[in-house]
Amino acid sequence: MMRKLIATVVVVWAVASPALAEESVRVFDAWARASVLASRPGAAYVTIESTSDDTLIGASTPVAEQVMIHAVEKDGDVSRMKHIETLELPAGERITLAPGGMHLMLMGLQDKLSEGTTFPMTLSFENAGEITVEVSVLGIAAEGPREATQ
Amino acid sequence: MTSTKTTQLRRIRFSLWILVAAAVLALGGAYFVRTIGVREPPSPVTVGEAAIRSEFSLIDHNGNRVTEADFLGRWQLVFFGFTHCPDVCPTTLAYMANVLDRLGGEVERVAPIFITVDPSRDTPQVMAEYVQAFHPKLVGLTGSEAEVAAAAQAFRVYYERMEEETAPDGYLMAHSGHIYLMTPEGRFEDVFREGEQSAEEMAADVLARMNGKQ
Repeated sequence: MMRKLIATVVVVWAVASPALAEESVRVFDAWARASVLASRPGAAYVTIESTSDDTLIGASTPVAEQVMIHAVEKDGDVSRMKHIETLELPAGERITLAPGGMHLMLMGLQDKLSEGTTFPMTLSFENAGEITVEVSVLGIAAEGPREATQ
Repeated sequence: MTSTKTTQLRRIRFSLWILVAAAVLALGGAYFVRTIGVREPPSPVTVGEAAIRSEFSLIDHNGNRVTEADFLGRWQLVFFGFTHCPDVCPTTLAYMANVLDRLGGEVERVAPIFITVDPSRDTPQVMAEYVQAFHPKLVGLTGSEAEVAAAAQAFRVYYERMEEETAPDGYLMAHSGHIYLMTPEGRFEDVFREGEQSAEEMAADVLARMNGKQ
């Protein structure tokens, strides 16, 4: 049992990129949509994968006063944004935050998010601790980080 | 004489008490309905197409008073949202802009309109900066709370203010995310939703309707 666990940890260690250190959580495809006005909230999106059960408990970035995890609830034709405190990450499941679904709302932006720039964002996980990623600001009409290559 | 007067007074007093009792019952009933009944989220209501109409008196992003008459003669694409909305609104407006870009020269026959449901924060100045980021032809409309409510009513658009202490200014708006296609006469033609078809498909659909209805 112990040997298996160690083996798993070693494999994960080997697979994870060095920037993510030895954590079991992988955060990638971090992007934000360019915003129009600094006085309006922005939205950032990431994809998260964890090899063991974990929970996203918060996020922060130097470009905004506060980052909140938001889900969108659709009730018939009506969309309601819902603030969620934590996001469960079941082992092995890929969670993608994307337009029309979950997003990280950036409140109190220092400046508007300009296309072509990047900014750091730190995600805090219950078990994996803190992971900082570089968020790419894409165009205002962007739907995701991979559309350019499709 | 005195006894008749007393009887009359008694009758008046009696009727007054009846009135008070009726008022108490009515108010109590209304209070009961408000606290118990109205808390339930409204269920989606299907409204006859004929009921949806382009009818409003609002202020455009240049500060001018406009009504539906200013847009008659052009097909109208109408979306209700608000600028503090970080996800659904920019996604839908960018999608609308994408559709417009695919209409080619026919875009001249279309008036794309974005009506805010949050007029206290979305002033004409804010709307001007906001709409220009999406498409040069996009018109932003705002007004008083009552004017916006009347416009939403005409389009049968549902929106509500949700208190949320963590949100900027302590509230969020919930709204339906439809794009309405209205005829040059201001009548309902169809409704689209971002994510349900590609921008190419929606543009082709809009063009077909524009050209089939000439």
